[in-house]
Amino acid sequence: MPMSVTIERIWSMRRVYVKEEVCIGCGLCEVYCQVEHSQSKDPIKAFKRETPRPLPRVHVERNIEISFPIQCRHCAEPWCVYSCLTGAMHKEPTSDKVTVDMEKCTGCWTCIVACPYGALNRDLNSKTVIKCDLCPGREIPACVINCPNEALILGADEKKE
Amino acid sequence: MRTKYLIIGNSAGGIGAAEAIRQVDKEGALTIVSEEPYPAYSRPLISKYLAGERTLEEILFRPLDFYGQNNILFLPGKKVTHLELDQRTAWLEDSEQIVWEKLLLAVGGKPIFPKMKGSDKRGVFTFTKLDDAKAVDRFLDNARKAVVIGGGLIGISVTEALVKRGVDVVVVEMKERILNTILDEQASLMAEEVLTRAGVEIITGHTVIEINGRETVEGVALDNGEAMPCDLVLVAIGVSPRPELALDAKLKVNRGIVVDRHMATNHPGVYACGDVAEAYDFVYGDNRLTPIWPNAYIGGRIAGFNMAGIPTKYSGGTAMNSLNYFGIDITSAGMPTAPNNDGYEVISRQESNTYQKVILKDNLIVGMISVENIEKSGIIFGLMRDRVNVESFKQSLLADNFSLAFFPRALWQELLETPPGLLPQSAPSIQTEEETFIGE
Repeated sequence: MPMSVTIERIWSMRRVYVKEEVCIGCGLCEVYCQVEHSQSKDPIKAFKRETPRPLPRVHVERNIEISFPIQCRHCAEPWCVYSCLTGAMHKEPTSDKVTVDMEKCTGCWTCIVACPYGALNRDLNSKTVIKCDLCPGREIPACVINCPNEALILGADEKKE
Repeated sequence: MRTKYLIIGNSAGGIGAAEAIRQVDKEGALTIVSEEPYPAYSRPLISKYLAGERTLEEILFRPLDFYGQNNILFLPGKKVTHLELDQRTAWLEDSEQIVWEKLLLAVGGKPIFPKMKGSDKRGVFTFTKLDDAKAVDRFLDNARKAVVIGGGLIGISVTEALVKRGVDVVVVEMKERILNTILDEQASLMAEEVLTRAGVEIITGHTVIEINGRETVEGVALDNGEAMPCDLVLVAIGVSPRPELALDAKLKVNRGIVVDRHMATNHPGVYACGDVAEAYDFVYGDNRLTPIWPNAYIGGRIAGFNMAGIPTKYSGGTAMNSLNYFGIDITSAGMPTAPNNDGYEVISRQESNTYQKVILKDNLIVGMISVENIEKSGIIFGLMRDRVNVESFKQSLLADNFSLAFFPRALWQELLETPPGLLPQSAPSIQTEEETFIGE
């Protein structure tokens, strides 16, 4: 795995961007996202032993020769936050990250209808929505650092600089 | 008392406006007056409260310290009785006066309660606010069977709560099918099947004409003469705006308070949003009532920016709902059925447990419904909201793997805001400006 990922600090949003022309559609971003959000943090255990199996928060969208992963854009004006019925979906004031409070989410899925990217998913076990959380505790999200062709890039948060 | 911003109403619209104002003006005095005694709570969750799944604390829309943190003067349990627009003064019930610089009317709607013999008996309830849920809850010890009048969103949500509390429920819907304002025939049928399986009796094409009993409900009489014993009655026919304050102040009111694309009424400095307002609907291209939570919040947000001096245009809203009762997930937006005139195109797809449909007009999406298979609803709704011509990829809209990858390249690149440096034809001077607001 290439570990020397350059963080190009040229954009104002901390979120994952994609270079579509180098995405090979392998789906490893999904796998590493699942592992990152698993109990064991081990691919084999996560896929074979954990029930329920952890769900990916990134999805590789494919249409014949086109492929690119989509995860939450952490929008500046997030429709999901403005549409949330419970107050669970919110924008973190310091990080600008769009985050769902699992305790407050009732799984009404209004945010899924609100998100124009299709970046939110149902977790039918917990009855809460799941989404990209930019991998808390990691400086660089698992999908970015594990992409074999460096198709994913983390945008920098200008506020922090 | 004087305040820079006066917001009447403490639900989605009022909170949306307050948060927008505080985003751009941290200091200006901001006052929220609410008739209810509670901090802002999620009205859609009162069914979870009644079901016993959530407490009041657990349905609060914002943390308890929201008002303090945002430097908001919150006046709960106060009713505004009169507005003097030229003097920018609101009179409260206790004859206290509040002078404002900018006013927002976010007073919401009220349940429609038809004239019906016996509707004053104990055991007859509406279901739009927390006190309604509390009242029903207190009554349930003596109740085994309920009649819910109205098979719309409120009727079905209270039905689910009652079933969870062990009450037998009969839903009486005047029209031919339940959820008829937001679903088409097929989706209504699928919802009905799920309700029936949960033990709910559904009577369509009829209505309750009388509530029987001495002081307390003992039963209802239908318009076909059928009598049905029950212990409580829920009137859930719908909501209508509460325009009384606006009418009294001679603001322009149609069915709701008429607002322009900046959520402004016809009087300078006075705004309205939410269930009380008739705002722009992008599907119908006209002002309409769309009494749903997200539109109230978004309309409030637009009003708030404008009140704080940041001109912001409302891109419009339309009906948009996500239903999940009795384990079935259904989403819908815009028109549920194509009107009976030319020019509408319907694409639908049905499998054993799933159903999806989009309605197009001139290659613009004007309606969508998804049953169970709801994950792509947001993409479809986004295309509807952004008025995107979908001619080149409309055959893919209902495909299992439908995604942004089916959009024309320029469109998905724009949506993903692919930074210029990452595009093959590198053009580093283009920088996306992040300060655009919704609709701008």
